[in-house]
Amino acid sequence: MANLAQMELRDLQSAATSHRGDRVFSRTVAGAAFTSLAVLAGIAIFLGLQAIPAFQTQGWAFLTTTGWDINTTPPTVGIFGMLYGSVLLAVIGLVIAVPASLLLAVFMVFLSPPRLAKVLTNLIDLMAAIPSVILGLWAFYILNPTAEEWQVLLNKYLGWIPIFENTSGNFLGTPFIAGFVLAIMMIPIITAVTREVLSRTPPDLINASEALGCSLWTMLRYVALPYGRGGIVGGVMLGLGRALGETIAVFFVLKIVFETNWDKVIESGGGSVATLIVSRFGEVSGPLELQLLLAAGFFLFIMTLVVNVIANLIVSRTGRLQK
Amino acid sequence: MSTAEFEDVMDLDIEGVEASTAHPAGPTEMESRDVSVWFGQRKVLEGVNIAFPKNTVTALIGPSGCGKSTFIRTLNRLHELIPGAALAGSVLYEGKDIYDAAVDPVHIRLQIGMVFQKPNPFPSMTIRGNVLSGLKLSGMKRANHDDIVEETLTAAGLWNEVKDRLGNAAGDLSGGQQQRLVIARALAVQPHVLLMDEPCSALDPASTLKIEETIRELSKEVTIIIVTHNMQQAVRVSDYTAFFLSEEGTPGHVVEQGATTEIFGNPQEQRTLDYVNGRFG
Repeated sequence: MANLAQMELRDLQSAATSHRGDRVFSRTVAGAAFTSLAVLAGIAIFLGLQAIPAFQTQGWAFLTTTGWDINTTPPTVGIFGMLYGSVLLAVIGLVIAVPASLLLAVFMVFLSPPRLAKVLTNLIDLMAAIPSVILGLWAFYILNPTAEEWQVLLNKYLGWIPIFENTSGNFLGTPFIAGFVLAIMMIPIITAVTREVLSRTPPDLINASEALGCSLWTMLRYVALPYGRGGIVGGVMLGLGRALGETIAVFFVLKIVFETNWDKVIESGGGSVATLIVSRFGEVSGPLELQLLLAAGFFLFIMTLVVNVIANLIVSRTGRLQK
Repeated sequence: MSTAEFEDVMDLDIEGVEASTAHPAGPTEMESRDVSVWFGQRKVLEGVNIAFPKNTVTALIGPSGCGKSTFIRTLNRLHELIPGAALAGSVLYEGKDIYDAAVDPVHIRLQIGMVFQKPNPFPSMTIRGNVLSGLKLSGMKRANHDDIVEETLTAAGLWNEVKDRLGNAAGDLSGGQQQRLVIARALAVQPHVLLMDEPCSALDPASTLKIEETIRELSKEVTIIIVTHNMQQAVRVSDYTAFFLSEEGTPGHVVEQGATTEIFGNPQEQRTLDYVNGRFG
């Protein structure tokens, strides 16, 4: 029998043999895909170039110091406190939003009557449509005074835990409240993704676990959640991306204080990179400060990029087996 | 093939099987008494009375839609998990009504295991993890997990094929192997009864044969109730057969039941004769 090398192979893959319409279509699609990559790269390059002069004057201190005093020479400027604030607010938001979203999704998929689930789905989708400026106003006028009382209680009974300390007695405009608003923004995203993922648990597997005599809790724990873990982590990361970049709602709540208070969760003050930019941008003193703000934006961009890379790593590792 | 030839073939099979069906009809393990079943307003089963002797294999046969699968799901209380499901009558297991208010359905489902039509191992778990998953899911405590894995996989006829790769994903196995893995999983919680809902309908002939051998072996220790559309399979594996039928929109009911040799060799009802000879269904 002749081996492959001796045979004259027919052309199967080259573009010449494919349908012309398909060629046009695939090039158009590929072009569109590369355009979005190019835009992303363009933003990164622009921000990076703008950040260079600021970085040259400040050096690594830009990342490690906390303060925004443009009038000293050299200016005492650094975004450490703001980077920390961004992370702190996101963590507070996640701590509130993730359990709430998971419980909501489990209820809608496995417990609620189908019609109620439909109503809830629509309501939660509606939640995602609320503009963040409205949420910011709501948080400032309504949530702020209400949450003040919750925080007083937290401080009274759990104040011995460092994160619930409050030495100033001012419970308004705290990272807790800003994080709470972020949670409200994250819940619709995380819930929608989790609901979708859980509702795709194969009925065969649910049957199998029912026949093995397991409760709803063990079915969730060992079957539905492991099955949907990748998707759920993805949903959480989508929510986190929203939280890290959220600007205006946080800006309404927090009075920016340039301090790094590691454990001040329920005490007035705090800030984030995004709110720093929005609060200074309207009144920049000159080209240097503008460059410093763009540099801050560059590092916010890098931070969200890193979060997304980590998210992708987590999602791709979820295929791993449980012993 | 003419009907006469077909019956000859069936006769041959039955003779071959008789030697291996020498299970003594012991005490009754399970019994359904006047079981009727509804989905919403629709009655799908009426007055089913069947006794399942301990450590025997009973085949439930009948055309599609006659309520066999529904019936088998009443025997371990899976039926009630479907919205709108209702039931009348009683199901006795070791003399006690499993629908009694004092009975925990989870406990019943551990004693009365089930294997489904489509192999359904947990894809995110290893082979070993799947075998032990019943213990994990139900919180049942059993010592010596290694021994359990070996025993149940051996009983399911899979041990030699997978003993060197217990840590692999269950999804890597073939359909037939997955179904035997699922049988091992069901056995790990030490059930007294095993319900099988068309366990071979998604499998190739070689895998089917392996599962049938497994069923024969298992029936020495476990009472097996199997739904099948494959007449030869019913003849090959079962000691007793019940023929279900749902005629002209009426609820399904048992037309005839008895020793498999009788149902296939000398049925009393014309409808049974027609069905086992492949004239309808």
